[in-house]
Amino acid sequence: MDTMTLEQRKKIHPHKYSLWIAMGSITMMFIGFTSAYIVKRSQANWLAFELPHIFWVSTAVILTSSLTIHLALKQFRERNMQRYKQLITLTAFLGVVFAACQWIGFSQLKSVGLPLNGPVSASFIYVIVGVHMLHVLGGVIALLIMFGRAYRTRVRTYSAVPIEVAATYWHFVDILWIYLLVFLSIAR
Amino acid sequence: MSNEATLHSQQEVMHGAHDHHDHEHHHEDSFISKYVFSMDHKMIAKQFLITGIVWAIIGAFFSVLFRLQLGFPDATFPWLESILGHWAKGGRITAEAYYALVTMHGTILVFFVLTAGLSGTFSNLLIPLQVGARDMASPFMNCLSYWFFFLASLVMMASLFVQTGPASGGWTMYPPLSALGDASIGSKIGVDLWLTSMALFVVSQLLGGLNYISTLLNMRTKGMAMTKMPLTIWSFFFTAVLGVLSFPVLLSGFILLLMDRHAGTSFYLSDIFIAGKALANEGGSAILYQHLFWFLGHPEVYIIILPAMGMVSEVLAVSSRKPIFGYLAMIGSLFAICILAFLVWAHHMFVTGLNPFLGAFFVLLTLLIAVPSAIKVFNWITTIWKGNINFTPASLFSIGFVSTFISGGLTGIWLGNSSIDIHLHDTMFVIAHFHIVMGVSAFFGMFAGIYHWFPKMYGRFMNNTIGYIHFWVTLVGAYLIFWPMHYEGMAGMPRRYYDVSGWASFKQFGGLNEFITIVVILVFAVQLLFVFNFFYSIFKGRKLTTQNPWKATTLEWTTPIHAGHGNWPGEIPEVYRWAYDYSKDGRDFIPQTEPIGPNESAH
Repeated sequence: MDTMTLEQRKKIHPHKYSLWIAMGSITMMFIGFTSAYIVKRSQANWLAFELPHIFWVSTAVILTSSLTIHLALKQFRERNMQRYKQLITLTAFLGVVFAACQWIGFSQLKSVGLPLNGPVSASFIYVIVGVHMLHVLGGVIALLIMFGRAYRTRVRTYSAVPIEVAATYWHFVDILWIYLLVFLSIAR
Repeated sequence: MSNEATLHSQQEVMHGAHDHHDHEHHHEDSFISKYVFSMDHKMIAKQFLITGIVWAIIGAFFSVLFRLQLGFPDATFPWLESILGHWAKGGRITAEAYYALVTMHGTILVFFVLTAGLSGTFSNLLIPLQVGARDMASPFMNCLSYWFFFLASLVMMASLFVQTGPASGGWTMYPPLSALGDASIGSKIGVDLWLTSMALFVVSQLLGGLNYISTLLNMRTKGMAMTKMPLTIWSFFFTAVLGVLSFPVLLSGFILLLMDRHAGTSFYLSDIFIAGKALANEGGSAILYQHLFWFLGHPEVYIIILPAMGMVSEVLAVSSRKPIFGYLAMIGSLFAICILAFLVWAHHMFVTGLNPFLGAFFVLLTLLIAVPSAIKVFNWITTIWKGNINFTPASLFSIGFVSTFISGGLTGIWLGNSSIDIHLHDTMFVIAHFHIVMGVSAFFGMFAGIYHWFPKMYGRFMNNTIGYIHFWVTLVGAYLIFWPMHYEGMAGMPRRYYDVSGWASFKQFGGLNEFITIVVILVFAVQLLFVFNFFYSIFKGRKLTTQNPWKATTLEWTTPIHAGHGNWPGEIPEVYRWAYDYSKDGRDFIPQTEPIGPNESAH
């Protein structure tokens, strides 16, 4: 198969290219959500409220995880496999912590009388934050697969493409979250 | 290097690379990996095509059933009860069954046949073959794309057999009807299955679309500049871009709908009474769903028609032995249609209480689409003008496409005007318009593609005589079915109604409706003849003896008759010229693989 792929002329690795298009696609989905939000907000009966404070904690967590996956990529390129494994584990862990924080945010919303089936403005928070959380958890699963691969002894991989793809995706969901946070804070 | 020389050198390379080649593919022998979970784009294309054909038969059969109701509202057909059971008590389709049939007809034809079956088939088949790639950027994702489509198909099929029947609120699935299980019998589990199936379908389309784009942008063979690509590839490119950008928005609309159904949210619901009881939902807007839906829904129309346009351009050039007229204008107009597709969605919503001032902009943008469409029509006509046309079934269907695209497109100018649309909205005029311009035209493009590339897919020809019968009956039949509907619509006859014979003003169309129904049955029978021809020819068709039966310039015809996985046994050929060097310098055609001669000017 190697000769087969080598003789193809290509500028960027096709998987990376696919990822960029996929990110555009995911962005469109959130543009769909946020523009629905704007349309609804301009109509009657819109209830404004404060976002749960824990969302700022989760922001810090996901920013840190972006840093750790960046370092993991660096370590992989330098073939420090031990450090690499530690760093992607840490990243995956931070991803789970992020999801947990969002979940706590949901229960805080609920405790102040804003359940999922409450006012539309609150329902939007649940759906938008929830769908974003699923995308982060998807990234966690990808990292777990790579973690498993790093422990394989029979087949060793030297290609940095998978970790580069994962890192790009991770930064993407990070930036997406920042966008959503800013959007939800301003357009209340 | 002449074509013969290319073939010869390929033969040599093939022998040279023989054991290497075997080594690569020793794992591909099993039935499962070759025919079921195949990663070969050519096999995946065939899977999409045959699944699409099965769905097309089901979807078209549904239209025969509900046309029976429209054409003969008072008659009873006892055989209907034996296949539909209590959905056709006493041999007459019930109102619930009628709505279910109409909904599923739309869903199946728009999504499962003309999206997955059309661009799924030909993007998969032609992108690697025509740009000169071994396979898609990610064969695995491509395989997943088909199997997500298959899963979506299974779920949709299952919804036909649940006790309360499939979704029946129209293929657009507008809330509140679709958001409340108590609203109608067709809003119960049928809608959940519909939404699940469509979510899987969107995943399938995104996986496919990502692959198409990254393959044709990154994996073109040496010399294949973007401006040397055949128009088929350009049209698949824009189709994929439209899909990748608009399907996610549809998905977000579906997620909100699902929350309204099961989590008690009120995104689309407000002040609803069911059976005299007020619901708690407050603050939602049903129009919001329409915005999200039509933001996909309109690009979806172009997702359906662009691949047909691309294939027709290619087939017309090949069969009239002339270069395509206005190659760059063709690309430019595809691009313009692609951009405008995102800016016109509200023309489906002129009667929803849309601000008339806003409506004026959507009218303008909608009418602008006439410009690139007219450019394309002009170029197709000038391409075949004074050409030396081979009237193969493929070229006839391409010419038929141009005809239906013109006659269906012209009525779009009527409907695109918000003031006329107020009168024509939700009448049979709309049915006539979009069936001709999108349904029939896209099918003609698809048939042209199937007849033209069948030899590449199966190494055999389809039967020409049956092909001609298929073409003429379908063309004449399509006009006989849809042309009269314009008059019904102008008289105000509504679409979607179960029975219009109760109105004195529509009773006059009784005979016309009977006539339409009889033609529908005839045309359906001829489509079954086509399906027979297709499957018969796979096994018994006339065998292909040359690599390049249509004397075409493009790369897919430089592969062996039965190309293996990897397409070219030796090296991938290099490309030196554009795809439309027909009748140049006294030669019938010059393949893309032939270098530009010293006394020759490149296109």
